[in-house]
Amino acid sequence: MTRKSSVSWRKTDDVASRPWTGTVREYDLIKELIIGVVVVGLLVLGVSAIFGSPDEPSVSLKAWATSAPADFVGTAAKELAGTSDSAGYGPPYNSTAGATQNIGPVDLQSLSGVRLPIDTANDFVITPLSTLPSPPTALARWKAATAQQRSDWAAAYSDALAAAPDNDPAKVAAGDYGPVPALTGALLDMARQGSLDGVLPSGGNFYNMDYTRSLLFLGDGGYFPDLAASQHLSGDQWGVMNETGDTPGQSWLWLFSLLYQVEPFKSAPNADALVVVTMLVLTALLALLPFIPGLRSIPRLIPLHRLVWKDYYRNR
Amino acid sequence: MTAQATPGQGAPVDEADAHTLTGRARRWLLRKLPPDKLLPEDQPSYVMSWAYVFGMGAIASLLWIIISGIVLGLNGPQWYHVSSLGSFVNSTHLWSVELFFIFMVVHLWLKFWMAAWRGGRALTWITGVISFVVSIVAAFTGYLLQTNFDSQWIAFEAKDALNAVGVGAWFNVANLGQLFTWHVTLLPLAVGAVVVLHVLLVRVHGVAPPLEAAESDAQLLHSRPEPAEAAEPAEAAEPAEVPASAESSGTQPSGIEPRGAAQ
Ligand code: HEM
Repeated sequence: MTRKSSVSWRKTDDVASRPWTGTVREYDLIKELIIGVVVVGLLVLGVSAIFGSPDEPSVSLKAWATSAPADFVGTAAKELAGTSDSAGYGPPYNSTAGATQNIGPVDLQSLSGVRLPIDTANDFVITPLSTLPSPPTALARWKAATAQQRSDWAAAYSDALAAAPDNDPAKVAAGDYGPVPALTGALLDMARQGSLDGVLPSGGNFYNMDYTRSLLFLGDGGYFPDLAASQHLSGDQWGVMNETGDTPGQSWLWLFSLLYQVEPFKSAPNADALVVVTMLVLTALLALLPFIPGLRSIPRLIPLHRLVWKDYYRNR
Repeated sequence: MTAQATPGQGAPVDEADAHTLTGRARRWLLRKLPPDKLLPEDQPSYVMSWAYVFGMGAIASLLWIIISGIVLGLNGPQWYHVSSLGSFVNSTHLWSVELFFIFMVVHLWLKFWMAAWRGGRALTWITGVISFVVSIVAAFTGYLLQTNFDSQWIAFEAKDALNAVGVGAWFNVANLGQLFTWHVTLLPLAVGAVVVLHVLLVRVHGVAPPLEAAESDAQLLHSRPEPAEAAEPAEAAEPAEVPASAESSGTQPSGIEPRGAAQ
């Protein structure tokens, strides 16, 4: 046979397109399935017994306030000042100008608009404090002030905290911070007592299934990301692909994680958008591979298939 | 049962008779996938390689994923944090997923090196890729449902990628209620449906023969039936219907019309 074996997807008249008319062998699909289920089941039980699975307890706002009070207070001040990551995130949480990741002129992030509105000062600090049985008096002063006055107070306090030794609220230089220190202090107490964990995500509702606020607040601080980094989970450590401990995580996300580690993605301000779009394109290429000349010929050029069908080729 | 003028239910029908939509659907189904093609008792001689077990391995792991997932789900999300049995069942869920992906990825690579999309099997390949993608999303929502530190952090990290392309507003990784719907109902149903379609397509087309299989192979010559269309007793070495021009120009004949007659 001199004819090049075809790698085309088309249904033509070659051997690959016709029902097989050559020799056959007995093959019991159901038996294969049963054996497969038993073998895989034993494998699963064995591996589970040996390796188990990690279950690092979740971080609570209480743990954060107890272990890293200065970080907590500093973050709360930023939420009030509107200078935290969440406050300037843009859609879908709020509408900060210029915060979105664009690809050229395309701004997918803005398509949804502000669908999950988050006002960090009110949602993370003011409203939770208002649910207390006896809300701090500073709350009334904050509410009575103008927007400008509020952000001036909060920004001044936030800066002063950053400059204080160990960022310790007790060592902050004197200044005009208005009610802000009292508010952040009250929030710290609330968190330490554990009541903020219930109030923050739900605004005091009995039921809750939505942790968007708590997660954004946690992530605005330094405590939570530091814990993640100590578990080799941060973005520059291949992030979402890993699991706590030594258990394999979502290793199938390797390419997705890899892109974040290399240029031009690594230092791009719109890295997320670029990586996601690149992955979508690559996935489409994989799906359409049978139609792509060149790529689909690789199996013919590198004939690993001779190993798979060794027996067949030997008996030609 | 006495003989009837018209065949009763369950009696064999002449398929040419089908005149309702239902009848035509049945005729189409039976023609595409007659029972002995759906559940054959033999396979071509070349289906004798370790390479063919990985698809079945993926199905087997998928079954264990579903079983362990049902046990986890019915006990509620707190169970596995506090009970050692719960923790073990959680481990089996995790490890059947890891095995599932190992089987699936090896399967994917093998099907690539076997160029298993040949001869009208492109849709089999495409449904395979779709099942891979949907499985990844399903696993991702599972990692988000762990309700532990890992899921907190994954949600915090992953929101940026989803928000950057405008999806995060609807697919909110921090909304546990949404995630339950995705992970426990929609995505498993989607994976299941795509896998069923994928496997049915494999049965419809039959397993792709070796890349270098040729008409002259002993295993084909051996039991070659009479050609269906009594054509000239062609040299078995050459496919009878390939136009000479297509041969010399090296292109494939674009015969994509159904070849019902030759089946
Ligand atoms: C949920 C995951 C999957 C399951 C359960 C599955 C299952 C199967 C099974 C049981 C077979 C027949 C036996 C065999 O050749 O192994 C098969 C064949 C096939 N699979 Fe998959 N598969 C999956 C994913 C994929 C993926 C990701 C691809 C490639 C992108 C793929 C491409 C194919 C192709 C092209 C065939 C036809 C093989 C032939 O005709 O020789 N499958 N699959």
